[in-house]
Amino acid sequence: MALAETANFMTIDGVPLKKRLAQAERSRKLKAVGLVAPLFLFVVLTFLYPLAVMALKSVTNEETSGRLTRTGAALAGWDGQGIPDETGFAALAEDLKAAQQKREAGEIAKRINSEFSGAMSKFKGITRKVEAMETGPYKELFLSTDKVWSDPALWRVIKSVSSRYTPYYWLAALDLKQGQAGIERVPADQAVFIDVYTRTFWIAGVVTLFTLLLGFPVAHLLATQPARRANMLMILVMLPFWTSLLVRTTAWFVLLRTEGPLNDLAELLVDHRFEMIFTRFGTIVAMTHIQLPFTLLPIYSVMKTIPPSHVRAARSLGAGPFMAFWRVYFPQTVPGIAAGCLLTFILCLGYYITPALVGGPRDQMVSYYVAYYMNNIINFGQAAALGGVLLIITMVLYWLYNRLVGIDKMKLG
Amino acid sequence: MDWLPLLGLPPYASIAERAWRLCFFLFCGLVLLFLISPILIVIPISFNDSSFLSFPRDVWSTRWYEDFFFNDRWTTAVKNSVIIAFFTTILATTLGTLAALGLSRPNFPARAAVMAVLISPMVVPVVITAAALYFFYANPLVVTAEPAFILNNTYVGVILAHTLLATPFVVITVTATLTGFDQSMIRAGASLGAPPATVFRKVILPLISPGVISGALFAFVTSWDEVVVVLFVGSSDQRTLPRQMFSGIREMISPTITAAATVLISLAVLMLVTVELLRRRAERLRGIRV
Repeated sequence: MALAETANFMTIDGVPLKKRLAQAERSRKLKAVGLVAPLFLFVVLTFLYPLAVMALKSVTNEETSGRLTRTGAALAGWDGQGIPDETGFAALAEDLKAAQQKREAGEIAKRINSEFSGAMSKFKGITRKVEAMETGPYKELFLSTDKVWSDPALWRVIKSVSSRYTPYYWLAALDLKQGQAGIERVPADQAVFIDVYTRTFWIAGVVTLFTLLLGFPVAHLLATQPARRANMLMILVMLPFWTSLLVRTTAWFVLLRTEGPLNDLAELLVDHRFEMIFTRFGTIVAMTHIQLPFTLLPIYSVMKTIPPSHVRAARSLGAGPFMAFWRVYFPQTVPGIAAGCLLTFILCLGYYITPALVGGPRDQMVSYYVAYYMNNIINFGQAAALGGVLLIITMVLYWLYNRLVGIDKMKLG
Repeated sequence: MDWLPLLGLPPYASIAERAWRLCFFLFCGLVLLFLISPILIVIPISFNDSSFLSFPRDVWSTRWYEDFFFNDRWTTAVKNSVIIAFFTTILATTLGTLAALGLSRPNFPARAAVMAVLISPMVVPVVITAAALYFFYANPLVVTAEPAFILNNTYVGVILAHTLLATPFVVITVTATLTGFDQSMIRAGASLGAPPATVFRKVILPLISPGVISGALFAFVTSWDEVVVVLFVGSSDQRTLPRQMFSGIREMISPTITAAATVLISLAVLMLVTVELLRRRAERLRGIRV
């Protein structure tokens, strides 16, 4: 009854009130969207779009597909058994000639070499020879130059890199390759990346565990001390948090050195200098130090909300101190532990600077290899695929964090 | 027996409980020492006269500070850091505050999803962001044709990248301030005849200012600390302070890095104090007493 009556209310200019309210609501919503739009567009355009471009790079034969168009067309009908006929050889010869004129033949050779080792020099040799020839037949020339050209495996690689898209980088990032019978593992001596991911997970896990073991008692102390003293102690936690990552890494670099203050102390006490810099130990200690506040603070803010009367009640009902802690206090801190540990684990997965400066060659994490393939090897496809695997793992954990904790519950400082 | 309250224990606590409590305090003390001592230990080392990274034995000197404050390599780095962090702070604070204001309006459509997108630059490993931006900056706007302009090795490129990394912090801090914000204040202001701009300036801004300022500080620190993006998309012209420290450790181990670290620690203390004061002000404004 009441609803029906409201529906019939009119505003002063004769429009139903319901309609007017909806209009007002809509314009308010539009205003809110308008406020968020600039940042949202900025993030989409300069973050999500570049990430999409990078994802595309990880599945594209950028170096070869545009340069081997004739070969691709000629090999389209070839079934991968035996060697192709003269049209295939002629098309490759023409493509190589065209590429050589633009000084791009090396790029093709480099890309094929990554899948068929030793191909680099064979390509250089044959490119020089076909350049000298005006017209075919080429098959004879190829086969007499090197017997590698009668290897169907090489031709299968040539065919696969001449297509626009390739699963190669993603497979390689998982230590897999396209074999004749389907996807297979790469030989053990070439398998590196699974090891790198395992190491990354291991380091991130150990650091997360250490930050929890060190952070939990301190969070409890801070949450239960009188406000004045807690604030004083909080400074000791917050100062490292506000200090530059580079400063903290520098500090550990100085501390851990073989001639550093920690070893001076060790020599005084046990007359021995330990090897700590450029080791896994050093990396984990430095990362634990840097991440400790990130684990500690969410646990602290949850502990602040637990009334001390709960534990007192448990004790008065006959629970021992351990039982009261374990059955009453601890379960209430679990949300904080989940939030802190998940955040630290996510951030640890992406560490680059600290392991690069205080870790050894065997302590480098995925990010290091992404940077290495980007800047040293200049293999963008591989860098993009390695980063892609890391990105997917991070996004799954981020989704989990969002589900468990809620992104708007994230607290800083 | 007057040390019992100090341990936070009732007088009837058993011996085992007292011992356990003592161990707990000792453990916490060691953890706090672990947190603070690496930072403090750099300070005396920076006054060492020799070029070894160790405690000063007999001669104290400020030669590494002279190097830091007067060597072109370092002064240029400081200048670059200040320029980049300044513009990043302005851009990130503006974009982030506006977005937080929009997000905190009641029944914002798909709030959780939008928020997740806006926060994502903070969570994605920065190497991935830097690599993606490197590709993007080589040819912004179009994928195939010749680039109309290139953002790699420019100040604008580094500033935009830092803004991207810094906005999540602003969004988080301002949103946190706005959770206690009474939306009817806006209507009250408007009903008393103030146009939207005046409402914003006179009502909203003073109330959310602690969140905005601490968000701005976070944005500043994000840019001020950032090194990976600078390594990827910047050139030696955009060499910032962290970038210079990075190569200071990697290439030539110069004790100037300890002087730089000490200066940065002093800055961190300053920021910490500011944020603490802001937090107290915010709590006072929201009527929460601790």
